Amino acid sequence: MIKITYREAVRAGLREALKSDPRVFLMGEDVGRYGGAYACSRGLLEEFGPERIRDTPLSESTFVGAGIGAALGGMRPIVEVMTVNFSLLALDQIVNNAATIRHMSGGQFSIPLVVRMATGAGRQVAAQHSHSLEGWYAHIPGIKVLSPATVADAKGMLLAALSEPDPVFLFEHAFLYPMEGEMDEHAGPVDISKAAVRRPGQDVTLITFGGSLWKTLEASERLALTGIEAEVIDLRVLRPLDTATILASVRKTHRAVIVDEAWRTGSFAAEVSAQLMEGAFYDLDGPVARVCGAEVPIPYAKHLEDAALPSVEGIMRTVRALCWQS
Amino acid sequence: MTLEPDREHALLLLHQMLRIRRFEEKAAELYSLGKIRGFLHLYIGEEAVAVGAMQAFTPDDAIVATYREHGHSLARGTPAGPLMAELYGKANGCARGRGGSMHFFDASRRFYGGLAIVGGGLPVAVGLALADKLTPPSPPYQVGAKGGRVTACFFGDGAVAEGEFHESLNLAALWKLPVLFLCENNLYAMGTALARHQSQTDIALKANAYALPAEAVDGMDVLAVEAATQRAAESVRQGAGPYLLEFRTYRFRAHSMYDAELYRTKQEVEQWKEREPISTFEGLLREWKCLTSEDLAKIEAAIDAEIDEAVAFAEAGPWEPVEDLTKDVYTERT
Repeated sequence: MIKITYREAVRAGLREALKSDPRVFLMGEDVGRYGGAYACSRGLLEEFGPERIRDTPLSESTFVGAGIGAALGGMRPIVEVMTVNFSLLALDQIVNNAATIRHMSGGQFSIPLVVRMATGAGRQVAAQHSHSLEGWYAHIPGIKVLSPATVADAKGMLLAALSEPDPVFLFEHAFLYPMEGEMDEHAGPVDISKAAVRRPGQDVTLITFGGSLWKTLEASERLALTGIEAEVIDLRVLRPLDTATILASVRKTHRAVIVDEAWRTGSFAAEVSAQLMEGAFYDLDGPVARVCGAEVPIPYAKHLEDAALPSVEGIMRTVRALCWQS
Repeated sequence: MTLEPDREHALLLLHQMLRIRRFEEKAAELYSLGKIRGFLHLYIGEEAVAVGAMQAFTPDDAIVATYREHGHSLARGTPAGPLMAELYGKANGCARGRGGSMHFFDASRRFYGGLAIVGGGLPVAVGLALADKLTPPSPPYQVGAKGGRVTACFFGDGAVAEGEFHESLNLAALWKLPVLFLCENNLYAMGTALARHQSQTDIALKANAYALPAEAVDGMDVLAVEAATQRAAESVRQGAGPYLLEFRTYRFRAHSMYDAELYRTKQEVEQWKEREPISTFEGLLREWKCLTSEDLAKIEAAIDAEIDEAVAFAEAGPWEPVEDLTKDVYTERT
C-alpha cells in the first residue's frame, strides 16, 4: 500500500492509460502546458507529447463534440472539462449526440468516450464554480455517470471507464484532489457497476457519494459513540444505479438518510428516495430523510458556503431524529 | 463556366439527382397518405450539392450531415430500400426505425448521420478528422496518391449563427485537421433569411477569419459543385488543413412538410426555379449532345423501378418488437 493524493491517483490513472493504449489521448482546457487546472495532468505533456496531451481553446461544446467524433473514429479520448459548471456549454454534444447516437442509429455506432470534470463546493469559489450537477447527468440514458470518492476509485474508475464501449462521465469532487488515501501501488481498474458499503452498521443506512462520503463517514463514527451504528453506502455509480445494494441495506436497517451536496429539489437524493419507496417501503420504520445542499447559488463567504452544504453536524442531527435519539 | 464532362459520368450525375428527386416526391406522397410521420425535410432544389460534392469522396472518407440528409445518404450509396423503410419507422430501416427522416446512419459507408441539432455535427466531424490525423489509415488511398482520409461535414446557413460553427472552424484550422466544411446556403434558417440574422452574410469571409481557405460556389450547378469539392477535398487530403465551401442553393419546398411560406415571395421562388438544378443540367447535356430522350427515359424507368422496390421493401418490413425498445441505449457486451 502507498499513500497517495486523489490528484496523484487521477494522474497515475491517466499515465497508465496513455502508456498502455496508443488510442488514448487527453484533451481539454489547460491540460498540457499549464498542467491541468487541478494539476491532474502535470508532467504528462512532457512525457507523452502534444499530439496526445492536447490543450484546447475554451470551446467546451466543440472539444467535447470532437471527443465524440474521435471516439466514433476509433480513438479512446479522455476529455477534461475544467468544472461541471463549464460543462453546461457542452450539454448539446453530451445530451444530443453522445447519449443518443448509438440508439438513434439502431445500434450501429458505439462512442467509447471518457469525460472527466471537477464538481462540488467547499473552496469558496462561489456560484459559478461550485455546483454539483452529476445528478442532472445521471438523468440521461445512454451515458454512464461515476462519482469516485476514494483514491483507488479515482484511478481505478478512470481505467475501467476506458474499457467501456459507451460514454462515461467521471465527476471528481474538487475538494478531494488534495486528500490523501491509501492504495495498492499497482491498483488497476475497479468494478463500476456496484455501490460499496464503506462502513457496516445495523441501525440506519446512510447513502451518499462523492465529496459527501467523508462527511458522512465522520458523522457515522461520531454517531457510533452515541450508540447508533450507521451503515454507509457510497453509491460510486449514479447511472446505472445499483439499487440492489441500497435495498439490501435498508431492508436490514429499516431506516435511510441520503446525503447529497446538490440542491434538494429534483436531486439525485430524490431519485434514491423514490427507489426506496418502490423497493423497500414496507421495510421502513420511518420516512426516508435527506440532507442536501440549500436551495441557493453557492455563496462565496465561508460561513455562508458552509451553511449551504451538508455538514457532519447536520447529518448527525438528521440521523438522530430519525432514530428517535434526542 | 463549367467544362463538359464525359458522357457516362454526366449521365450518372443526372441519374443521381433525379433519383433523389423521385425518392423525395414519393416520400412526400407517402407522408400525405400517413405512411410517414414526424418531420420530413425535403431537399428538393438542392440535389446538385449532395450529388456534386459526394463525387469527391472515397469509401474511406467520413460523412456527417444534417436533418435534411435524404439526398446525402442516397448519393453516398445507401440503398433506397433501408432509407424508405427508415421513413416508415420499420425495423429494416437504416436505423431500425429509431431515427426516422432526420437520422439516417450507415456505418458501412461511414455515414455518421443525420444529426438534427443545427451546428451539432461540426464538432463531431472535427473529432472524426482528429481520429484520422492521430491514426493515419493504411494505404492505398483511392483519391490522391499521398493523401489520407477526409471528413466531409454538411450543414446549412443557419448553422453559421451557432457557436459550434465558429469553435469548430477554429479548432480544425488550429490543429490542421482533414475536414471539409460544406455549407449548403439555401438562404433561410428555417424561415429567417441570412441577412436577418447575420451581420456578415459572406460565409467564406467568416471562414477566412479562422484562417481557412473558403469559396462560394453555385450550388445549382452540379458540375461546379463537383469541381470545387474535388479541388477542396484534394487540398484537405494532402494535409493542407480544413477548407470551407459555401454552396449557394435554394429549397423549393417548405422547411418541413408544410409551412405558410410567409418568409419569402412567390416571385423569389419562381426566379430560383428558373435555375432548377436538374432541368438546367438536363438542358446542358442535350445542348452538348450528351443526352437523348431515350437516355432520359431509361434513367427514369430505372429510378421508378428502384423507388417501387424501396417502397415494397418498406411496406414488407417488420416493426421492431416493443420488447427491444431499450436495446442499443448501451452497447451490449458479449
